[in-house]
Amino acid sequence: MWSHLRSMWLVFLHAFRKRETVLYPEVKPAIPPRWRGRIILSRDPDGGERCVACYLCAVACPVDCIALQAAEDEYGRRYPAFFRINFSRCIFCGFCEEACPTCAIQLTPDFEMGEYHRASLVYEKEDLLISGPGKYPGYNFYRVAGLAISGKAKGEAENEAPPVDVKSLLP
Amino acid sequence: MNVTGTLITIAAVLVAALAIAGLNIWLERRLLGLWQDRYGPNRVGPFGLLQVLADMIKIFTKEDWIPPFADKPVFVIAPGIIVVTTLIAFAVIPYAPGVVVSGLDIGVLFFLAMSSLGVYSVVLAGWASDSKYALIGGLRAVAQMLGYEVYLGLSIMGVVMLAGSFNLRLIVEAQRNLWFCIPQFLGLVIFFIAGVAEAHRLPFDLPEAESELVAGYHSEYSGMKFALFFFGEYLGITLISAMIATLFFGGWLGPWLPPLAWFALKTFFFICFFILLRASLPRPRYDQLMAWGWKIMLPLALANILVTGAVIVTRG
Repeated sequence: MWSHLRSMWLVFLHAFRKRETVLYPEVKPAIPPRWRGRIILSRDPDGGERCVACYLCAVACPVDCIALQAAEDEYGRRYPAFFRINFSRCIFCGFCEEACPTCAIQLTPDFEMGEYHRASLVYEKEDLLISGPGKYPGYNFYRVAGLAISGKAKGEAENEAPPVDVKSLLP
Repeated sequence: MNVTGTLITIAAVLVAALAIAGLNIWLERRLLGLWQDRYGPNRVGPFGLLQVLADMIKIFTKEDWIPPFADKPVFVIAPGIIVVTTLIAFAVIPYAPGVVVSGLDIGVLFFLAMSSLGVYSVVLAGWASDSKYALIGGLRAVAQMLGYEVYLGLSIMGVVMLAGSFNLRLIVEAQRNLWFCIPQFLGLVIFFIAGVAEAHRLPFDLPEAESELVAGYHSEYSGMKFALFFFGEYLGITLISAMIATLFFGGWLGPWLPPLAWFALKTFFFICFFILLRASLPRPRYDQLMAWGWKIMLPLALANILVTGAVIVTRG
């Protein structure tokens, strides 16, 4: 009986505590920068698309919500012809971001994606592409990768030595 | 009192009781929120007051489903009973000097009778639903209410003996010098606990215990019929609170404020106390509840009557 009265008193004291509720539309909640929210496709510092359409994100996606088609431009750079994310399926697990070898696909701290129609939840490439480099400023895949594209032969990337000519005997 | 006066009082009491029962829903949600460090409904209207209205509109437009296996007439009648009996019991409560629907000389007995009839609602609902959870809920309600009914009545007898009347107006008048909550403190505690069980409110809501019985006796109910059960429960809280105020806390008596305001304040306080009970106490096991009722509360209520009687006799 005594413990009942005590717990009633303690509960009553909660009337004078600060309330935990965040009154959402008026007060925006503090969202950590690593929050896994709306997915975007970033660009490298030169403004080119980072995505090289390797399909790794689509393979990693546990709910198969990513669809894309690889293409190649005249400089030998791969890019997605289309890139589609169905956010009505997406579970925001972030596996695509982990799988991405070029830091192209990234999750952002934006969660306000409510729509009245399911079809509006299917984001196309132009909806996903942003103009900046996202979380990785200064990173350009083609500048650090050994791959040769037009305008950059093998061995010309950053921190890369020219390739060894294995058929030559010269030191 | 003339006929028009009585009719006006009846209409006022009816409207007030229904409005208060409706507002109780809002009050309960806000107070539970307050005691759980959150806000509760605060969007619809000022302080979320129109939430009740929104809920009503919603529940009116819901499908009113009667299961094909149910006993249809009984299933339909059951939710009405609890609302009707509780509303009728409001007739004998004196709200202020002269403001009462019926100054029955057996007001206390009338209240006890009407609140006992409410059990039919629960048991018929449980029976007519033809579902095991509803049936278990209904059976629990019967056993619980039978057990607690006994000393709900016995706990008031001390008050009746002190006032020398079953008339609620005379009982209030008898508290002019001293509220009965002091000489009849034990009676107050017993009456309050029995009242909680009578309104089958938490922590004594074993008939609907949602963690074990889905929703107990109203598992199969939906739409307006479910709302009636809900309404009956809140009417019951209001009724028990008003009775506590009348029997033990001097009803309308009090300084400065008008009598009606005192009555409303006291009732409001006990409604809040009911909600605090819900916010803080866990539900007992069913056998604990029954054992408590029969082995502790009943002997205590009887002892209370004995001692009160002995004191009255020795004082002459």
